[in-house]
Amino acid sequence: MLRPFTLHRPRTAAEACELLARLGDDAAPYAGGTELLLLMKEGLVRPRHLVDVKRLPGLDAIGDDGSRLVIGATVTHRAVERSALVKTRCPVMAAVARHVANVRVRNVGTVGGNLAFADPHSDLATLFLTLDAGVELISPRGRRELPLADFVRGPWETVREPDELLVSVKLTPWPGRAAAAYVKFGVYERPTLGIALALLLEDGGARVADARIAIGCVNPRPARVPDAEARLRGCAVADLEDVSGAVAELAAASADPADDLHGSADYKREMVAVFTRRALRAAAARARGVEPVARYAYAVVA
Amino acid sequence: MSGGGPVAAERIRLVVNGEPHELAVAPHALLLDVLRDQLDLKGAKRSCDTQVCGACTVLVDGLAVSACTYLAVEADGRAVLTVEGLAEGDRLHPIQQAFVDHGAVQCGFCTAGMLLTAKALLDEEPAPSREDVLHHLRGNLCRCTGYRKIVEAILAAARGRR
Repeated sequence: MLRPFTLHRPRTAAEACELLARLGDDAAPYAGGTELLLLMKEGLVRPRHLVDVKRLPGLDAIGDDGSRLVIGATVTHRAVERSALVKTRCPVMAAVARHVANVRVRNVGTVGGNLAFADPHSDLATLFLTLDAGVELISPRGRRELPLADFVRGPWETVREPDELLVSVKLTPWPGRAAAAYVKFGVYERPTLGIALALLLEDGGARVADARIAIGCVNPRPARVPDAEARLRGCAVADLEDVSGAVAELAAASADPADDLHGSADYKREMVAVFTRRALRAAAARARGVEPVARYAYAVVA
Repeated sequence: MSGGGPVAAERIRLVVNGEPHELAVAPHALLLDVLRDQLDLKGAKRSCDTQVCGACTVLVDGLAVSACTYLAVEADGRAVLTVEGLAEGDRLHPIQQAFVDHGAVQCGFCTAGMLLTAKALLDEEPAPSREDVLHHLRGNLCRCTGYRKIVEAILAAARGRR
């Protein structure tokens, strides 16, 4: 059961920000409700006002600002999955969207809600770190953009001020030839582990010019692994299997897991190594123009 | 509902199983409770209450949603389909008939959600692969674990439609 609240339906972003500023901590922005309403049912959060942001013009659009892919905050996972622009510019993102939670969550859950909620057991923020994501926030005080890595402070915690509204996330898929993969693992509804990996290719696809790896769910917040990325730079695509062990060890060493229902810290660190190797194998296959066919128990390769 | 002001209780107009309704609902009323308690439609079940199990699945404008975590006011101006709206009179919907023919029902608690999830899939993808069906059903749990027959029934219903 939900406790009573007042539902506000502003028509403009300015009006929404004004409401958030006036109501302060008593209010929560509300879009798909797939996370917020669950916590409200449990009484873990008790906002007396919900500010529905679904009617704000423009926030439900997927666009291209010339260099970056711009995903409006109220775009649903389903819309990402089906977007022709996303499939063209960033196919791994469409594939990841297809595997978020379940179809009911994907139909109503939004990209902005997912990021603003900062549930550590989430796919999007991890993937977006490999796309150099920036989030755009507006408030009565103006507009600011900051890297996603700075936006997410920790579990269920962001630097969003109470009067700020997340309006979009801006992603920078590599413009040239690239190969990417996202692998997630877990037996529960929310993933236990997510590994996002992207390779920028040069020499006609024979060599890795640059690499990005992010690990999610096992840390308080998702994080890139600069050491592992450095290890991949300059590597021949044909040699990726040979370096996969070293890359996996670096990823595991960077992890900061805790014991919880998803497993012990040691187990999670080991799984980071295992699934980093598998993610690299999947991305390496794509670098060679082959769709990976390997399937792993309780895991999704996107 | 129009305008940008606060909302106390609200009149919503919606179509449920083809029948128009005008209802007064509180902003915090969940669609599942409105369907079950105000409209006496008991097909959608409350089970996990956290959007994991699919027992409360209904279609809103053709999209599968968890009625347990969907505000009733969101259904204003929309068409809701529950399991009670699938059959035409005494004639079962082809997906329902396929469930009967394949013995895809055990205790029955998940069945309404399974049927509606299957309908949403087949309306969107009339010729799904087994992989498509498994992917789409991932969020619908059957604790009798009767999945195999459910998948077979849905694939048979798809073949029957073509």
